[in-house]
Amino acid sequence: MTAWIAFGNILRKDMWSYYLKPPNISWGLVMPLAWAAMFFIKTGRGLDSVMMMLPGLVAFSVLFGTTSLLAVTVTFEKKGRSFERLLLAPISLEVLMLAKTSGAILFGVINAFIPLVMAAFLIDLTGINWGILLPAMALIAISSTFLGLFIAVSVSEVFEAQTFSNFFRFPMIFLCGLFFPVAQLPVWLRPLSYALPLTYGSDMLHASINGSGQLPILLNISMLLLFCAALFVMSLYNIRRKWIV
Amino acid sequence: MSVDGKAVAAIDARGLTKRFGEVQAVAGVDFTVDAGEVFGFLGPNGAGKTTTINMLIGLARLDAGTIRIAGIDCSKNPKAAQHLIGVIPDDSNLYPELTGFENLCFCGALYGMTKAARETRARELLERFGLAEAAPRKFAGYSRGMKRKLTIAAGIMHSPSILFLDEPTTGIDVASARQIRQLIAQLNTGGTTIFLTTHYIEEAERLCRRIAFIVNGRLVRTDRVETLMEQVHGQHIVVFTLEGAGPRLATKVATAFPDLAVEPHAGGRLQVASTATVRVSPLLRFFEEQGVEVMEARKVQPSLEDVFIRVTGIETTVMQREKERKPMGAGV
Repeated sequence: MTAWIAFGNILRKDMWSYYLKPPNISWGLVMPLAWAAMFFIKTGRGLDSVMMMLPGLVAFSVLFGTTSLLAVTVTFEKKGRSFERLLLAPISLEVLMLAKTSGAILFGVINAFIPLVMAAFLIDLTGINWGILLPAMALIAISSTFLGLFIAVSVSEVFEAQTFSNFFRFPMIFLCGLFFPVAQLPVWLRPLSYALPLTYGSDMLHASINGSGQLPILLNISMLLLFCAALFVMSLYNIRRKWIV
Repeated sequence: MSVDGKAVAAIDARGLTKRFGEVQAVAGVDFTVDAGEVFGFLGPNGAGKTTTINMLIGLARLDAGTIRIAGIDCSKNPKAAQHLIGVIPDDSNLYPELTGFENLCFCGALYGMTKAARETRARELLERFGLAEAAPRKFAGYSRGMKRKLTIAAGIMHSPSILFLDEPTTGIDVASARQIRQLIAQLNTGGTTIFLTTHYIEEAERLCRRIAFIVNGRLVRTDRVETLMEQVHGQHIVVFTLEGAGPRLATKVATAFPDLAVEPHAGGRLQVASTATVRVSPLLRFFEEQGVEVMEARKVQPSLEDVFIRVTGIETTVMQREKERKPMGAGV
């Protein structure tokens, strides 16, 4: 009971204090809009290309929405010592960190719907396989959040977390098959692609939105779950090793 | 405090040891805090006070030793007794974006308090600390004294049976400090065991039943306040405030007056002590011969401060200044 009350209140506090703030909401809206506009201007293509673009926009919104904010909810609180309050609470570190990350996961999923809602005004979305899309959005949100957590607990300053996040995020966007298939990448880059969680998430998004997935869905789900577990366990290990010295 | 009908100590620390690289922060510290007592933990900066507290509350791992809180072995699992303890850090580390009321409710929720229970308790504490009017204001806008009081309120939201207080009155105004000391005494009267670190010796003397002195990571003395005071019982102490005193004046006085114990203090002060009445006239003449002007001569009652200086060799005024200069949150 203690754990559930603490979990719910940590999540609620983070949502109101950090996630549901106007700058974050506007960021969630502006980012996919800016990318979509850039794509249209660059390619000069019409609305028929929205379906091709949608997986990239969804992934982009989730990835940036989740990874950025962990630097605030975790690194910033650690630096300000308010995180010590959480470490002193009679709840396990696992529950605590799940509570701290669940806000980002929820925010990521909400962000994922923004490009979809925008697209619904322009094109017919009835062809989308929601049975694959929804788990894809959730798993991308979870794995990206845990990647953000791993970064946040590996550094001590907020700016370091932001810099370190970009070090992962931008290469990942271009290597994960969102904008061009992994098969078209140079042979030596492909192993790197398959070492990225977003590659499997992106494949699920392609499969659900435009039916162009390359890998079996079960493999994608398994790999994403594996990444989630590994990143979470490594983050907890880092917290125990570095923060409880 | 009892487990299966057997009385147990609130805190039982044995052989606590902690090293940070080359620095031996805490070296084999042993002490027991009885249930319901106020236990003072005194020492200069870098003595190992914060590290010891961090080990006791589960924010630092032990290199060696054992910790039992209310009979629960926390050496391997620091979470085991966290529901029993409250921690008030030396830094006001609440959430700046939350109001006073929200901060307290959030802290209560971390300990599993229901919504109704935490709201009632938060209102009660805000009233008790004179913060009821500031309750809807954000913590970021509070004065230092108000922040300190709310941090203390947050530490006792869940009514812990053992409370760790790290420098509760450092850097706040006299009225707030007095209010906090009264509250500590009230909490203790209500049965709360208190582990207190402070740089203000008179505060420790006033509040604590027993005191441990820690220097360079080792406990140099642990005793009841009355027992410690016996050391200076019957002492006559006069403090001179001097102008133009050279660095060797204390040695010269000690040579000229072998019956007196002479200690130089900060701020041009010189303390002389004796088991007999201190005769001031010969000393005044001596100072005059040395070309030193006496600004003030004051007879003082021997205090725990004198015991502290005797035991640790450290001047308390230096220790207080160090603490007040130190950035918030720093500590070994």
